Amino acid sequence: MNTDALKDLLYRLADDQLILGHRNSEWNGLGPILEEDIAFSSMAQDKLGHSLQLYTLLHQLGEAEPDTVAFTRNAPQFHCAQLVELPIGEYDFSLIRHFLYDHAEILRFEALSHSSYEPLAQVARKLKGELKYHTLHANTWIKQLGSSTEEAIERLQNSLNYTLPYALGLFEKTAAEAEIISEGIFVGEDEIKAHWQENITKVLSQTALDIPDLATLTPVYGGRVGQHTEYLQPLLDEMAEVFRVDPTAEW
Amino acid sequence: MDKATILTWLEAVKDPEIPVLSLVDLGVIRDVVIDESGRVTVKMTPTFSGCPAMDYMQRDVVQTLQAHGIAEVTTEMSFEEPWDTNMVSDKGREALKNFGLAPPPTYQGILDLDILEYAQCPHCNSHNTELRTPFGATLCRSMHYCNDCRQLFEQFKPV
Repeated sequence: MNTDALKDLLYRLADDQLILGHRNSEWNGLGPILEEDIAFSSMAQDKLGHSLQLYTLLHQLGEAEPDTVAFTRNAPQFHCAQLVELPIGEYDFSLIRHFLYDHAEILRFEALSHSSYEPLAQVARKLKGELKYHTLHANTWIKQLGSSTEEAIERLQNSLNYTLPYALGLFEKTAAEAEIISEGIFVGEDEIKAHWQENITKVLSQTALDIPDLATLTPVYGGRVGQHTEYLQPLLDEMAEVFRVDPTAEW
Repeated sequence: MDKATILTWLEAVKDPEIPVLSLVDLGVIRDVVIDESGRVTVKMTPTFSGCPAMDYMQRDVVQTLQAHGIAEVTTEMSFEEPWDTNMVSDKGREALKNFGLAPPPTYQGILDLDILEYAQCPHCNSHNTELRTPFGATLCRSMHYCNDCRQLFEQFKPV
């Protein structure tokens, strides 16, 4: 098995979870209603737990300890898609991002639960059950708000138009793509993207929102190869602030 | 000292967030292995991957067995047999219900959206309930409303 290709895949998965987990946690205390405050905080907790499991797999493959990997790298060393690092913005943006991201993620982990790399398959089997609640939550709000008032529909539409090119960046391939497919580690980005498009269309078609023609959009790529927005490094600085004060502290 | 005795002792170790439910009945303790030198390994599986209570659970298991005189105890966490709510025993379900928390419905094969939204009211047993939010006070709880007795209640959510 090509270990470098496998590590590349694990870093993408883990970094997405870690960064979006932190972004979701920023809703703690700011949610538009108490239940949403709790929901985003709970999903943040899940995602940080998921990133820990994935960094643990990386550690077993010879990479540094999970905390070290999470808190000591700088932006160019991260493999997350640019979608997850964008600031939380208004609630409509965070909701749309959560909807687009979690639909991709549940398909990804469903596919990975059949991975030829058994330790990853075991983690994926566990995570996909938890992710069901994330997509259920996103669908509920998209359906409710996406067919409610004019303002809600307009806000969501604007956010959808803005976010979709970034969401397409989730499916950016890296050099290792062909190898992870041929070795049976992962089915590959194209297959996930096709299912994702079907699933989000199914939900959005139950709302008043228009679905832009995805084929005409230019995906925002770069995140998988370490090119990030101006927002990632400040997020990492904040995230790692406590860790960097004393990296050897015992809690 | 045998496996059955150790499992009886472990009945005393409760879920830190649901103090009426033992880790054995929760299904978190998957096996107990005693080697020739009397060393005990308790095999466990995490409930939710981000559950902050897992560290406490491991520590409680070790302390409880040490209190019974077992010098060498280790815990082993594994995803080999991933935890799901079907692993909660009948006794555990009863304990949850008495605690006022709806037990997770059992399911066959794949967990679908219908089951996630379904809950039976632990107060009046009504099925006429609706899901308010899948995220409650802890990762393992969802919040529901009973249209019959008009009470908000929590469910240990099925995964």
